[in-house]
Amino acid sequence: MIWLAVVGFASGIISGMGIGGGTILIPALVMLTDMNQQALQGINLIYFIPTAVIALITHMKAGNVEKSVVKPIIMYGIIGAVAGSVIAVGMNSEILRKIFAVFLVFMGISEVRKK
Amino acid sequence: MADKSKNSRKTILIGIITGFANGLFGSGGGTVVVPCMEKYLGIDAHKSHATAIAVILPLSVLSAIIYFFKSDIPWLETAVVSAGGVAGGFVGAKLLNRISGRWLHIIFGAAMLAAAVRMFL
Repeated sequence: MIWLAVVGFASGIISGMGIGGGTILIPALVMLTDMNQQALQGINLIYFIPTAVIALITHMKAGNVEKSVVKPIIMYGIIGAVAGSVIAVGMNSEILRKIFAVFLVFMGISEVRKK
Repeated sequence: MADKSKNSRKTILIGIITGFANGLFGSGGGTVVVPCMEKYLGIDAHKSHATAIAVILPLSVLSAIIYFFKSDIPWLETAVVSAGGVAGGFVGAKLLNRISGRWLHIIFGAAMLAAAVRMFL
């Protein structure tokens, strides 16, 4: 339980910096618990909400949010979010976990190669 | 923002892909939307990171509702992890303005690759 709080804290720092802390939180929880992939992803989604609210307030005060693109990305993002979530909750947990790992590799490579 | 219609088509695609990835993986929306905003919408690294949170927050709420009704989420563990996350989120947002864009990418990229390797083991 203490480790869960520590892992939450470390991932919170990354989330606060604007990148999905779930890319760290979910694999960490895979190692620490025996929950299925959907439960871990569900934890991450809920966990992100209070963290993001606090981070967002800080960022808005600092004037870091580019407001012009927020609304259209959210609008079309809703379509994607419903589709992605429905597919995920209906999928075999082990398969979802492997796909998640592949997704992480691509995301990691694209980050490292950036200037 | 030279070509508005081109930007809006890009924005639609970015929105759909970001929402889909964030829903399918329960995370990673920020990982998708940050580089997209930098590369295709010309928003700088610091602003992209902050803007990503504003975008991903409502999408995560929506996905969480779908997960809530369709899978078993352990509430005690969720609460403990979230409490740690709130504290960390505050620290992270403070750190963002002190670290250069280049270092952010290297740190996050390395962490993601390490995590992916561990998940295959």
